[in-house]
Amino acid sequence: MAHLATGKPVGGSKEQSGGGLRYPTNGKTIYHRPLNRSKTSELSQASFAYLFSEMISYAQKRVTGIQDLEKRLNLQGHPIGLKLLDLLLIREPARTQARPLNIIALLHFIKINIWQHLFGRQADRLEKSSNPDTPDEYMIIDNEPLVNAYVSVPREMSQLNCAAFVAGIIEGVCDGAAFPARVTAHSVGGKEEGEMWPGKTVFLVKFQPEVLEREALIGKG
Amino acid sequence: MSYYFAIIGTQDNPLFEYEFGTSKQGGDGQPRFSEQARHLNQFILHSSLDIVEEVQWTSNQLYLKAIDKFFNNYISCFLTAGNTKFLLLHQPTGGGAAAAAAGGNSSSTRSSTSIGANPTSAATEEAVKNFMGEVYENYVKATMSPFYKVNMEIKSPVFRARVAAAGRKYL
Repeated sequence: MAHLATGKPVGGSKEQSGGGLRYPTNGKTIYHRPLNRSKTSELSQASFAYLFSEMISYAQKRVTGIQDLEKRLNLQGHPIGLKLLDLLLIREPARTQARPLNIIALLHFIKINIWQHLFGRQADRLEKSSNPDTPDEYMIIDNEPLVNAYVSVPREMSQLNCAAFVAGIIEGVCDGAAFPARVTAHSVGGKEEGEMWPGKTVFLVKFQPEVLEREALIGKG
Repeated sequence: MSYYFAIIGTQDNPLFEYEFGTSKQGGDGQPRFSEQARHLNQFILHSSLDIVEEVQWTSNQLYLKAIDKFFNNYISCFLTAGNTKFLLLHQPTGGGAAAAAAGGNSSSTRSSTSIGANPTSAATEEAVKNFMGEVYENYVKATMSPFYKVNMEIKSPVFRARVAAAGRKYL
């Protein structure tokens, strides 16, 4: 009751001055909440899995093919990536706050900071495409993507990898940091018995040509 | 000392603007831009965006310091990781054409000792940096709202009050 009693007058007085803005009853807005989060405040994986399954079925309702479905999952992740970039940077200690200026710095930020924040561990590997025709392609490798933990893909949709959602987050981070890229998720785990990582996923990051052009210019100094 | 602060989105679109004066050295926090010069502030600020794009790839710091100068107007820039620009135009009163235009304003007499009197000094840079840091924190909080998309205008009066408070505290 005390909660309600203090809340009412605050809301009433602000309403007159604030022109239609409605404050929460306890007077606390998003600006009153701290940006830092303690290490222990993790979310339950079960509730995430439940939510994620709903996201997939929502995306699946209005699509014609697997590519379309992956595109939609990608789009769901994109805004998260844009926002995570600034959030994780401000959580860094002030001395080490730095904007990623080159591809390697950006990918390291994704591999270490983003993965640590989302999944509680780093990504397993970071590779550059060995094919000389595609110098714009980089690969982030996750042996066991957390988002796929409870996803069993039906045989007729074997092309699908629901980590397209995570690919969308990565794409959001790259776009936000002014390294426009296309990111796609591919399953590469073998199907035979005794395979160590059957759910192994490669996130293929393909940067736009202007990124490489700029990279070359900066490299020259 | 008068300030004009603006947040510019990734498409060079303004998201937020705020005009204020110094609160240090007995300042009343009111901007003292002359009427003729006031509407130019937006032009001056936006014209420095070209320089921001040049400077941003030479330093990995968020705060890029004073990057541009137009007569008596100094522009400081802070760049977020998501490429949103925080630009602060500061115009010292006393000396220079702009102050002369301001006429016999009472503010010109007290400006000589304020931190703003020398816009490129280390003390000023530090004050602006602290101001920007505080605004950045509030900007990130604003973006945390699930209803906020990148490059949307920030209309929240709470955000405006927070920026005003940071201005009073540091500048």
